[in-house]
Amino acid sequence: MLRLDGVVKTYPTGDKALKGVTMAVPKGQVIGLIGPSGAGKSTLIRCINRLVEPTEGSITLEDVELTKLGASALRVQRRRMGMIFQEYALVERLTVMENVLSGRLGYVGFWRSYFRKFPQTSIDEAFRLLDRVGLSEMVDKRADELSGGQRQRVGIARALIQDPAILLVDEPTASLDPKTSRQIMRLICELCEERGLAAIINIHDVALAQMFVRRIVGLRVGEIVFDGPPDSMTAETLTEIYGEEDWSATIREVDEEADEEEADVAPATSGHMPEADRDRLAGLT
Amino acid sequence: MSLAAQLGGSKRWKRPPLIKSPLLRWLLGIGAALYLAAAFGSLEVNWLRVWEGLDRGWAFVLGFMQPDFVSRWADIKEGIIESLVMTVTSTVIGILISVPIGLGAARNIAPLPVYLFCRGIIAVSRSFQEIIVAILFVAIFGFGPFAGVVTLSFATIGFLAKLLAEDIEDSRAEQLEAVRATGSSWLQLMNYAVQPQVMPRLIGLSMYRLDINFRESAVVGLVGAGGIGATLNTSFDRYEFDTTAAILITIIAIVMATEYASGIIRARVQ
Repeated sequence: MLRLDGVVKTYPTGDKALKGVTMAVPKGQVIGLIGPSGAGKSTLIRCINRLVEPTEGSITLEDVELTKLGASALRVQRRRMGMIFQEYALVERLTVMENVLSGRLGYVGFWRSYFRKFPQTSIDEAFRLLDRVGLSEMVDKRADELSGGQRQRVGIARALIQDPAILLVDEPTASLDPKTSRQIMRLICELCEERGLAAIINIHDVALAQMFVRRIVGLRVGEIVFDGPPDSMTAETLTEIYGEEDWSATIREVDEEADEEEADVAPATSGHMPEADRDRLAGLT
Repeated sequence: MSLAAQLGGSKRWKRPPLIKSPLLRWLLGIGAALYLAAAFGSLEVNWLRVWEGLDRGWAFVLGFMQPDFVSRWADIKEGIIESLVMTVTSTVIGILISVPIGLGAARNIAPLPVYLFCRGIIAVSRSFQEIIVAILFVAIFGFGPFAGVVTLSFATIGFLAKLLAEDIEDSRAEQLEAVRATGSSWLQLMNYAVQPQVMPRLIGLSMYRLDINFRESAVVGLVGAGGIGATLNTSFDRYEFDTTAAILITIIAIVMATEYASGIIRARVQ
């Protein structure tokens, strides 16, 4: 559904952030994009919706070549790509509802958006999404009154109201505590499943990525050095991506996580139990 | 390892000097002192004149003690009203012109040619003091408040557009990015990402400019551009210090009132 072909990004300073990235994202697949700081993860997802202009290569979304679009055609395609940010990137002085509705800006004209006269269907959808992410009480609060986890939920709702085909997620949990991080990752993955959305999630926390995604892509200095399911990652792969380090702690954590998941499945407890359990454990870390 | 450390003594530390080279450091210091001495030496002070001036100053102080609002009240009232009209109209006109120029002069949202053009306008507006601009506009449009309004509007652009542009450049890039990523148009980006971030500052600056413009309206009157400045000048020329004092007190009261009001408004819009 999304194809990247030999994407290169060279910044005006001469830094090569991406050196020919080729990958395909099928419909509904959630990908964890890992790699050290400066590997080009943020640049990669920003090249897709062209917040950063790729220097070379082609990117196609559902057979539309994104790299060659003019300004207005690009805006139409951006509606199909919801983006979620590390520092939430909410407009802090706007209300929660205005932030969510800003996800519809690509669909309405200037004056409608200026007077906040969005179509009723958008408003219904906004209420539905806010309810889904657990913020129905917060509609008219200003975004800067919310906690980190709540803000990221607003960010998720804003991305989803665009009715996207793919989510581009940039370090969604980097500013959150461990428990909230898991809740947010779970929410994103659940919503992707519900709606059949593909997603590319940039993430620092390897263990967290392994918990939630089915495919991991490892990026190192602008090149893909790993692409596979999370359980095929070893200490060697991590060394290849991040460089030499003692990975036993990370790997062990992964194993525990896997055990825990298996344990959850085995006794076939009620649907809510594993979640509560995991949250409790997460709270301790 | 230093000798002292080798001997088991403690290592000494001094803050590194601002200018590293000792030669340059001393040269600059001595040079500045010499220039200052020479500059003071070249000031010619006529102490006799200063002494005579003290009397005049005292007369002014005495006049100030007994401000006379009554005998020239009609002139004062007319001047103040004219000044207020000039202030409000020039501030509104200035804001209306400043906002688009400020948007154009913010590097993070404007393309380079637009940016350079708008920065150019700001630079021109800022490079002349109000008095000089007022002299020019009085020469063009003739005596009276219209020249004053044009002057103050022009000066407002340099002030407001520059500070607005800088505030926009300081706004959070990720918020702009997020709104842009939704597929918004440029105008929607301004309305949803830029305006909420800069509005409190824009309101604060506008209020501040309103009271600057009131004070300036008194100054530009001195060169014939209307307002209370003309009345003030006349009273000075006639040595009517009591009337002058009344005018000054009125100006102070109005400036304090606008300052108080702008303080309240700025606190409210946080």
